[in-house]
Amino acid sequence: MGKIKVVHYINQFFAGIGGEEKADHKPEVREEIVGPGMALNAQFKGEAEIVATVICGDSYFNENIEEAKAEILDMVKKYNPDLFIAGPAFNAGRYGVACATITDAVQNELGIPALTAMYEENPGVDMFRKSIYIVPTKNSAAGMRDAVKKMVPLALKLGKGEEIGSPQEENYFPRGIRKNYFAEKRGSERAVEMLIKKLKGEEFETEYPMPDFDRVKPNPAVKDITKATIAIVTSGGIVPKGNPDHIESSSASKYGKYDIDGFNDLTEDDHQTAHGGYDPVYANNDPDRVIPVDILREMEKEGKIGKLHRYFYTTVGNGTAVASAKKFAAEIAKELVADGVDAVILTST
Amino acid sequence: MRLELGKIFIKDVQFGSETKIEDGVLYVNKEELIALIREDEHLKEVDVEIARPGESIRITPVKDVIEPRVKVEGPGGIFPGMISKVDTVGTGKTNALKGCAVVTTGKIVGFQEGIIDMTGPGAEYTPFSKLNNIVLICEPVDGLKPHDHERAVRFAGFKAAAYLGNAAKDITPDEVVAYETLPLLESVKAYPDLPRVAYVQMLQSQGLLHDTYVYGVDAKQILPTFIYPTEIMDGAIVSGNCVSACDKNTTYHHLNNPVVEDLFARHGKDLNFVGVVITNENVYLADKERSSNWTAKLVEYLGLDGVIISQEGFGNPDTDLIMNCKKIEQKGIKTVIITDEYAGRDGASQSLADADPLANATVTGGNANEVIELPPMDKVIGHIEVVNVIAGGSDGSLREDGSIVVEIQAITGATNELGFNKMSAKGY
Repeated sequence: MGKIKVVHYINQFFAGIGGEEKADHKPEVREEIVGPGMALNAQFKGEAEIVATVICGDSYFNENIEEAKAEILDMVKKYNPDLFIAGPAFNAGRYGVACATITDAVQNELGIPALTAMYEENPGVDMFRKSIYIVPTKNSAAGMRDAVKKMVPLALKLGKGEEIGSPQEENYFPRGIRKNYFAEKRGSERAVEMLIKKLKGEEFETEYPMPDFDRVKPNPAVKDITKATIAIVTSGGIVPKGNPDHIESSSASKYGKYDIDGFNDLTEDDHQTAHGGYDPVYANNDPDRVIPVDILREMEKEGKIGKLHRYFYTTVGNGTAVASAKKFAAEIAKELVADGVDAVILTST
Repeated sequence: MRLELGKIFIKDVQFGSETKIEDGVLYVNKEELIALIREDEHLKEVDVEIARPGESIRITPVKDVIEPRVKVEGPGGIFPGMISKVDTVGTGKTNALKGCAVVTTGKIVGFQEGIIDMTGPGAEYTPFSKLNNIVLICEPVDGLKPHDHERAVRFAGFKAAAYLGNAAKDITPDEVVAYETLPLLESVKAYPDLPRVAYVQMLQSQGLLHDTYVYGVDAKQILPTFIYPTEIMDGAIVSGNCVSACDKNTTYHHLNNPVVEDLFARHGKDLNFVGVVITNENVYLADKERSSNWTAKLVEYLGLDGVIISQEGFGNPDTDLIMNCKKIEQKGIKTVIITDEYAGRDGASQSLADADPLANATVTGGNANEVIELPPMDKVIGHIEVVNVIAGGSDGSLREDGSIVVEIQAITGATNELGFNKMSAKGY
């Protein structure tokens, strides 16, 4: 077999085109090795070769996902590579999402083996770890050498169509796929050995790490709802018309805090949803369907609740990483407590 | 309580004019055995076949597998409360016919019955492909209700195992292993420096053909209680169970409980194995709460440092497993749980129906949804068409050439939750 042909994907920054000001750079392809491709190519040690590099601005990709994907897939297809590599993206959020999205597309739409690499907290990991191979890296480009060293062995295996071992053996984020195998000892003996280690306080490895069920106990009921200040927090993406803070339609990296003083009813003239994960027609027709400002105003007037808090908090729950959601919630909760809010109505979609 | 288990290694099984054991060969008087089983008015036809390791034979639908044993010395008989009086068993001497088993089959009782292939890829997944099997084919009388049918076939298996076991009553065993469990206070005194460990065995008791019996009592009706491990070796716990084939504990599994055996192996060395707590897996929440509370209370009262908890079945009993684990851990007693997984055919779904961070030491028998292709066999004992309806099979599982495509769920004992097998699963 000849050299494995590789197409490499990087962003405008790693291509040396520019930083944020150049993030709208449209996809281009160069038949050369660019930026981090040098390190990858060197590490291939002749077994593989980058035949083309696709470069795309992070903003362009994330704001025009469908077009960008289609354009890049066309570029990749032209070279008929044996392997596609994106990144490494380290902790650059939009770059990570672009790398993971395009790796997924190349793998699943073109049927070409593909991988990418990034830091564990990059939102691209949670979005795509189940469908693609993502190699863990450090959180900044200072970890480039280490990243390349880990990416290349897995890349070569994928390129050769060899069987891929466990995440520990091959350095990728576990995809959550359970596969059977025959262990050396029977289960009961493994259990006894595990118990002995546990009793001695030694390290042991469970065979099935429990999924993380983050159960939150509800607070006791509000004592007197007629005196309570109630706030609205939503992951349904309702924002003032025009989405002034550009909350992403999926994998939100931020949340918004908006004033509803003077609003008795939200309408399509003043509010909309930013959410990309459901049919927005009904939410846009009447945003009260997602956050019930109209009803809460009536209840406020009738004295059924104390008052509606002046601000509502909003984000998009579509594919948003649990880590991000947790961070938003902690910040929001702190402000709500400081503002004397007694209770919150949480809505989703 | 002390039991000497005499092992008689059976190399082959053959039909003969007299039921006897000679030079490691078990000879079976077929007519006598059939006549014994035919005594049950619920059974219309009975036949017996032999299936040996490596033969191109597929047995399905398999209901239960039972190792023939006989009480040689000490009170009581095998399967107390079922076919022997309810004397307390587990002391004295018992002989076991190793390397062979009674397998019951016939028209399907419930949908959750299994397949045993004696050769090929399927044989790798079931421990029973390595045994010389005496297969009872029991056809029920017309119109027999499933629960009566289950009972008839269950008793047929026990009677046949006791009948064959009886041939070993006067035989000198090839190997004798002694198992002893002291009364708790003596046991603690004997090994003051070793951690005290018990085995918590959850018995399938969801009902509607998902039943286990303890000294003849339906386990649905028990409160968690203590039992000596050697009582189990004499058949105090038996299966009456049509839960999915891969993770049902057959009577064979109970008699040869691997957790009991492996805890004994480390007893007096790394741990002090003080005994077994049995509990159930009932379907009502109040029952689950009561049984798990009681189990936690009992292991606390016994002054234990650690327990191994085994499950039977999946889905609904996952909640019992997690409740037991959580409540025992909350008492400061360390746990290891043994379960299996239903992660979907692609392995991508969450494996259990319940979870808790305290369940941090888990052993798995593997993903039961994994699909396997079983090539055709020269001979089928039982009714092959059931593979389209048993749990793990689906319409079209059985192909025209006799090969079948099923989830390993359909293979008897494949993902056993007593840790009987070597199979496990890992995350990719």
